Amino acid sequence: MNLPTAANGWRPDPPTPSTPFREAVGSIAYEFRWVITDTWMLAWRMLTHYRRNPEMLMSSVASPIMFLLLFNYVFGGAIGGSSQIVYLDYLVPGVLIQNTIFTVMQSGVGLADDLQKGVIDRYRSLPMARSAVMSGRILAATIVAFITVYITLAFALAIGMRFHGGFWPAFLLPFVVALFSFAFAWFSAAVGVTVRDVQTASSATFFVAIPLTFLSSTFVPIETMPGWLQVVAEVNPITHVVNLCRNLAQGGPLATYAWPTAIWIAVLVFGVGSLATWRFRRIE
Amino acid sequence: MDFAIDVRNISKSYGDVVALGNVDLQVRSGSVMGLLGPNGAGKTTLVRILTTLLRPSSGSATVLGYDVVRHARHLRSVIGLAGQSAAVDDLLTGRENIQMAGRLYHMPRKQVQKRAQELLEQFDLVDAADRSVKGYSGGMRRRLDLAASLVANPPMIFLDEPTTGLDPRSRLDLWEVIRNLVSEGTTVLLTTQYLEEADQLADEITVIDIGKVIAQGTAADLKHQAGSEFIVITVREAEEAKRAAAVLEKFADNDECEINEEDRTASIMVQDGASIMVQVVRSLDAEGIVVANMAVRQPTLDDVFLALTGRTAEEAATESEPTEN
Amino acid sequence: MIRPAQIQDRSPVGEFFSAIAVEARWIISDTFIMTWRNLLRYRRSPELLLFSTLSPIMFIFLFNYVFGGAIPTGDLNYIDFLMPGILVQTTLFSATTSGVGLAEDLQKGMVDRYRSLPMARSAVLGGRVSAETIVSLFVACLMLAVGYILGMRLHGGFWPGFALPFMVAGFAFGFSWVSALVGASVRNPESAGSMMFFVVFPLTFLSSAFVPIESMPGWLQPFTKINPITNAVDLGRSLSQGGPIVEDAVITALWTLGMTFVIGSVAVWRYRKV
Repeated sequence: MNLPTAANGWRPDPPTPSTPFREAVGSIAYEFRWVITDTWMLAWRMLTHYRRNPEMLMSSVASPIMFLLLFNYVFGGAIGGSSQIVYLDYLVPGVLIQNTIFTVMQSGVGLADDLQKGVIDRYRSLPMARSAVMSGRILAATIVAFITVYITLAFALAIGMRFHGGFWPAFLLPFVVALFSFAFAWFSAAVGVTVRDVQTASSATFFVAIPLTFLSSTFVPIETMPGWLQVVAEVNPITHVVNLCRNLAQGGPLATYAWPTAIWIAVLVFGVGSLATWRFRRIE
Repeated sequence: MDFAIDVRNISKSYGDVVALGNVDLQVRSGSVMGLLGPNGAGKTTLVRILTTLLRPSSGSATVLGYDVVRHARHLRSVIGLAGQSAAVDDLLTGRENIQMAGRLYHMPRKQVQKRAQELLEQFDLVDAADRSVKGYSGGMRRRLDLAASLVANPPMIFLDEPTTGLDPRSRLDLWEVIRNLVSEGTTVLLTTQYLEEADQLADEITVIDIGKVIAQGTAADLKHQAGSEFIVITVREAEEAKRAAAVLEKFADNDECEINEEDRTASIMVQDGASIMVQVVRSLDAEGIVVANMAVRQPTLDDVFLALTGRTAEEAATESEPTEN
Repeated sequence: MIRPAQIQDRSPVGEFFSAIAVEARWIISDTFIMTWRNLLRYRRSPELLLFSTLSPIMFIFLFNYVFGGAIPTGDLNYIDFLMPGILVQTTLFSATTSGVGLAEDLQKGMVDRYRSLPMARSAVLGGRVSAETIVSLFVACLMLAVGYILGMRLHGGFWPGFALPFMVAGFAFGFSWVSALVGASVRNPESAGSMMFFVVFPLTFLSSAFVPIESMPGWLQPFTKINPITNAVDLGRSLSQGGPIVEDAVITALWTLGMTFVIGSVAVWRYRKV
């Protein structure tokens, strides 16, 4: 078979003499070979959006700062009045996680937008790794969340927050938050791929993210909640992640919370992530 | 085996709804195939199958020798798709859009940069190259979309209604671009709702209606079926229409002249309107008939459709549209 | 609907007053029509109504159960303390949709069509504002029912309790004009939305809506005390739980009237200039 050759001499891979099995293996190998390059290309596209549209970055940064100010000054006196720890110190890890969830949930909304507008057709007609459309958005959201963590921490330090857990745990904190945001972005992507409608995706985001963050140890100690709600908050994965971050910043046992956090991250990345990828590949 | 596209008995259905039924289509390498049909006829479905976006329900198709299902990922590196939705990124610049597409074809970075500059020059986008696409006009966006799909120099390109919604000027510009493409040896499959567009660009035309191929041939073939061209003469007085008709009949292909007394027009079907027109005018003048207006009318998609299916394209489009609410 | 031109000989003074009378009559009936059009949007897209009712209910649950145990509110149960605050906050947020919707209409050119009709110019704004107020009233009643289920009781008597949703909706009506002014000024729905969010969000939290002012830091208290939302919330609290009404009622009424007539006139003026 004489292969078509592009005018510039660039030549595509020849089709393999195929059995369905070899073709499937070939597809997966191809996906792995290109997924990193292509993911980076699409993440670059999203980050360029942030650079061209500074309001997008502003709102990602303004909202944690507003939450910090609000909860610390408005609720701080009432909530922190009885506890041992300074409320601001208690609050900061919670706000980091809460904001990271809101930031990465945008990737699902954006994905729904791509699907709705048909931008995806162009990508799907290109010889790129298909999952990169999704992972590109996720990578970009994770990078933005990571940057936001540092800005929020700087602001928190300025208004009086202090680390009490030592240098290395504090150094580790932003990476744990970033890792979690990466994992949670897969959940958001799964929502976006499933609903495929911007409006629905953003309401789903709202109605999932708000209860998930509030019904946890994010803003108030679990012990102050009614008994039945404590049960809910205990099993909420956000509680484990927030507690881990809090102990990284303020000292305290790490392993207790590190294990559940690691398990949740694994479930989100491998379980929910495969589900999202599978749904994405099936789109016609 | 010199077919760039070889479609055998392809069908696509969604549940009970048949979008394409047993379509056969062959396109010679280096030629331009125009896929003509009203909204919802199945043109886009066929293009989506050939560009690996959709899997056919049954049948098989090869593009450049690659099977659209089994060799989908190989096929993607040798085709380009420019769609009606103009899938360009608003916040990136024109240059960045082209470069991104090139990188996603997995071309080397250096080559992409060189090629992007070439395309920007070729598509007259150099001045706007480093501005974000948000400020582009409709015509510029389509040109950019087309440029991005050509970045890898694909030997086969699909254009899904490339000029729908463009003003006449931008449409002519885009036609010129497509003609240049063809002269370089690229095979083109083009869908359109306009007979004129297919006539201008395509070597061969396939007419689709309700998921079926209803006619195939050169533009001339189709026009012949639709009744070639029309010469329409408008006279000053209604009574004169009859006298004019008597003159016109002699020139008509089928020796018939249609009179419309209300509009004061007489029209005939001819093969080559422009050359016959001169003789028509002379004869009318000799008879002393005062002509208010005269025109050579090209057959439209409506005429072709009417001839082929007995309904107008507009009726066909409303029939096949899914019922809303 | 045909509106015949009235050409009569009158003194200039008579002409002036009759013009006002005619105008007033049409303002009312045109506003009524525009209100109806805006309410139809809710009927046509129930998700919109679902979103604007579900999210306040969710916040009642969250605040009551999550923060209720941690925030000391003296003699009052937290739910009794919370309800007036969250009512005011929710209705203010819902009032921001007037501005966002107006900005959307302006952007889409929908308004150009209205402006080409011989209708009262203020009716486009008035219709939006009135529709949002009716929705606010509905949402307020629904929230009170949810609050009742969660244990809130009206300790201030029947009539003050009955007046509560109307008072809240009335305050929101006044605020709608502020949002209409923002909408008519920025003319971009996204900007209008985020601008209003960054105004309403801090304003409602820097008030007595969720925590007692006394528990806030000293430097914050003077601001929260002059914040009109504190007055509206305290008035709501007195209506539902008993307590002195007059002072807060006067201040809230003044703010409401001020926003309606002063800001409202500026909004209509800006809108006419578009």
